[in-house]
Amino acid sequence: MNPDQEFVQRDTAAHPPAFTPIYKTSAFRSPRLPLWSLQNSLSEVTGPVFGQGELGPLDNDLVRNYAREGGEPIGERIIVHGHVLDGNARPVPGALVEFWQANAAGRYRHRNDRYEAPIDPNFGGCGRCLTDAEGRYHFRTVKPGPYPFRNRVNDWRPAHIHFSVFGSGFAQRLITQMYFEGDPLIPHDAILATIPDPAARERLVARLDLNAALPLHTLAYRWDIVLRGSRSTLFENRLQGN
Amino acid sequence: MTEHTPSLGYLPETPSQTAGPYVHIGLIPRQAGFDIFENTLGESMVGPETRGERIRVEGRIFDGTGALVRDALVEVWQANAAGRYAHPADRQEGKAMDPGFRGWGRTGTNFETGIWAFETIKPGAVEGRRGHKPMAPHLNLWIVARGINLGLATRLYFGDEDAANAADPVLNIIEQPERRRTLIARREMRDGRPAYVLDIRLQGEGETVFFDL
Repeated sequence: MNPDQEFVQRDTAAHPPAFTPIYKTSAFRSPRLPLWSLQNSLSEVTGPVFGQGELGPLDNDLVRNYAREGGEPIGERIIVHGHVLDGNARPVPGALVEFWQANAAGRYRHRNDRYEAPIDPNFGGCGRCLTDAEGRYHFRTVKPGPYPFRNRVNDWRPAHIHFSVFGSGFAQRLITQMYFEGDPLIPHDAILATIPDPAARERLVARLDLNAALPLHTLAYRWDIVLRGSRSTLFENRLQGN
Repeated sequence: MTEHTPSLGYLPETPSQTAGPYVHIGLIPRQAGFDIFENTLGESMVGPETRGERIRVEGRIFDGTGALVRDALVEVWQANAAGRYAHPADRQEGKAMDPGFRGWGRTGTNFETGIWAFETIKPGAVEGRRGHKPMAPHLNLWIVARGINLGLATRLYFGDEDAANAADPVLNIIEQPERRRTLIARREMRDGRPAYVLDIRLQGEGETVFFDL
């Protein structure tokens, strides 16, 4: 294993701590003892590799990937796009990006979702893609609606899309949520509030991207994802990759 | 936090957020209650060509009150039977790749029983950090769920590998020897096949060792 493949230490200040009483469920699902710090071995710097052949042609089109013949989901059509980069600002090509969300009414296609909002017969609510050689991803969907959840009695989630991302190593594995610029629920959200650093919260908010919109058809939002970077050891080896 | 000083050009990692109660939709949609993809990634780990001893690994996840966590997602990443990872960074000599094995899978804890399970093969030992002494055969596990703000990384070691476990460089960095046992699955026989069982405790008495990788 090349030492340059080790990942830099995770900056825990960028993340929510495990125990965040404002989000009540975390109180009994958070480890009390510190995590054991583990220097990277092959088990951490390797991870699953995915190929385009494993995905279907509609996997990144949530407008069509569950629609009935001739049908289309209700809601505001949007394109979501951006880069997957690592902490050294290098693109991550071939990264599997998966996404899931509620429909335009704020209802998930999930047997446990009891919110009294309609299921959209033409909307599944999930998709996936691989980043291209420049680390870019994109998909088309409808903008999800906000919805209430059981935490405090009147807690509502801002509109959001869940993301799951694989880098080259299993230690880069990340699940997070993307929000929409200008959503008035953002400052009230108990889930976003688990992140103590306001600048870090801001990094989860996608920006309206009119340049990427399809005129007279589809709006666009842009959001970049950053995975952990790897070390660059200047003196042990030649400069690699930067 | 100097690593992320903006003037050095490093980018801060995107913050994590909980996978939430509906993680199944995106990653294991059949458990959410519908079919959408032709190919559900990670559903099956082994095929007829896969080399190695077929095993089942399973367990449950408990919260700090002792209740079952029945909405978690568990991912596994492991080496093949020869102890090699299906990844270009693994250049261990003398260990063959297995084209029939990626080494990655994922599943949800059952909504009723709380049991998670993988049908896989037992991995071989992998060299330790920077080629140092080998690590005992193990699975790398990653757990996300509602109420977990940042995915939890842990390992599963095998209860019938006493000598290898005793020499394992990762188990040995855990200061309290009794806590090492939270990572060791006990071997049982199920329908004539070996099954390794490991319960994970998120919090409190018997808390599983989780790693900051």
